[in-house]
Amino acid sequence: MGSGKYSMPSDGETRDSRWIAVSPVALLVESAKALAHTFRRLVRRGSFTVQYPEESLSPKKGYRGEHFLKRDSKGRVKCVACFMCAAACPAKCITIEAGKAPPEWTDREKYPVRFEIDLLRCIYCGMCEEACPVDAIALSGTFPIVAESRKEKVYDRDKLLVLGDNFGDKISVVP
Amino acid sequence: MPLDLIGKLAVILIVFGGPMALMPMLVFLERKVCAFIQDRIGPNRVGLLGPDGLDEAILGKSLLGRRLLGGFLQPMADGIKLLFKEDIIPENAKPVPYVFAPVFAMVPPLLALAVIPFAAPVRLFGAEIPIHVSDPGIGVLFVLAVLALSPFGTVMGGWGSGSKYPLLGSLRAVAQVVSYGVCMGLALLAILMSAGTLRISEIVAAQSGGIGDWLVWSQPVAFLLFLACAFAENNRLPFDMPEGEPDLVGGYHTEYSSMKFSMFFLGEYVAMIAASAVMVTLFLGGWSFPGIKSDGSLLMSALSFAVFWAKVLVLLFLYIWVRWTLPRFRFDQIMRLGWAVMIPIGLINLAVTAVFVTAR
Repeated sequence: MGSGKYSMPSDGETRDSRWIAVSPVALLVESAKALAHTFRRLVRRGSFTVQYPEESLSPKKGYRGEHFLKRDSKGRVKCVACFMCAAACPAKCITIEAGKAPPEWTDREKYPVRFEIDLLRCIYCGMCEEACPVDAIALSGTFPIVAESRKEKVYDRDKLLVLGDNFGDKISVVP
Repeated sequence: MPLDLIGKLAVILIVFGGPMALMPMLVFLERKVCAFIQDRIGPNRVGLLGPDGLDEAILGKSLLGRRLLGGFLQPMADGIKLLFKEDIIPENAKPVPYVFAPVFAMVPPLLALAVIPFAAPVRLFGAEIPIHVSDPGIGVLFVLAVLALSPFGTVMGGWGSGSKYPLLGSLRAVAQVVSYGVCMGLALLAILMSAGTLRISEIVAAQSGGIGDWLVWSQPVAFLLFLACAFAENNRLPFDMPEGEPDLVGGYHTEYSSMKFSMFFLGEYVAMIAASAVMVTLFLGGWSFPGIKSDGSLLMSALSFAVFWAKVLVLLFLYIWVRWTLPRFRFDQIMRLGWAVMIPIGLINLAVTAVFVTAR
């Protein structure tokens, strides 16, 4: 009825001799211990499941989600169309078209006529945020991954600005 | 006599309909227990209670919470889904065994229930109606024979599928069932020796004196052996080698789809119910419980019926609990456990029982 204790096989032993070499009593005892453990899990309240459509996880600080553009104190787009973000982008997903700034905008020469981010190409690395000299672009904590067409995932300047308005100061911190 | 006939038909309906009604609940229980053991929530979308259920529609809030009963109708949804799936018969399959295998998986365990007394006999309109379909003098042998038939579904399915994984799975099933059938017989023999009869109603009557009279106390080793063998015969973990996913894809039901698959699936649960019912009857006093008298009244009969199913549910819970606790054995370990450990223990138990019975 079993050898009564478990022993590691030595080199000379065949495969046959290292089957569960425990006594049936030990097998029962260990099974009972395992059953007691799972029963404790069974009656414990709470689970790690998040009921997604109704609940969602709030992103941790430093999470890099979709981008947004910021406005300055006068409500104008902060971006000066310097192309630093586009140059820093490893995925080449930022398209900027610069236009001459209106004469009353004395603090800059250019502004973005067109500013598009293709979120399907984006790898969410946050390099654009780090590269920006005027702190105009940032990554937020939201992660809307659902879209019904590819076009929807190309965010233009105005959409990015609106997103920025909605996020307010919830700006991710890129380490 | 028509009254007898009607009573018998009603009993047959209860005996075969009861397990059928229990099965969806059992599937739900299995999924919930599994989920809770794994710190999950489990099915919680399809049901009368829960997020979009009646309680929310009427009261505006979830009554019991979706955690406990939210997905109560999930097995129904699964069943409807399976019903409408395409029924595929593989090109290489042998049609006759392939088609009849699911039937064989389902029918033998139901037959085993035919000889189980479900409740105390009831006296209606002057006629005594026993609540079992049949009470043959060879009851225990019948149970053993019928339980040994159930793996034929597995074997036919594996052979008829014309594919190597099901075949390997069914080969394992044969080896396993042959090994554990011997041990199951030894455990039953010990019971027969101490009860002194093969008639199941007499075995129940012998245990009806109180909890102390249950055979599980005088035959604990036989009970454990029978429990382990029942797990093995039903292909439940930790003995579910015939359908071990890592090495056999799906095992014997790899090639099955739609309703045929669900019959295999349900057959497993019927077999669990049948094995639990047999264990309750032989070891746990059947429908008897302190305070319940067999006086022929409807109330006592109903109470004993409830007690019987409560005991069965406890064992079914044990099945599920064990499944989500213990890992699967390796195949050679199963064989070793069967032949080198359990059969010797069964023989020793039998010898000891013989000595006690003779000395009595």
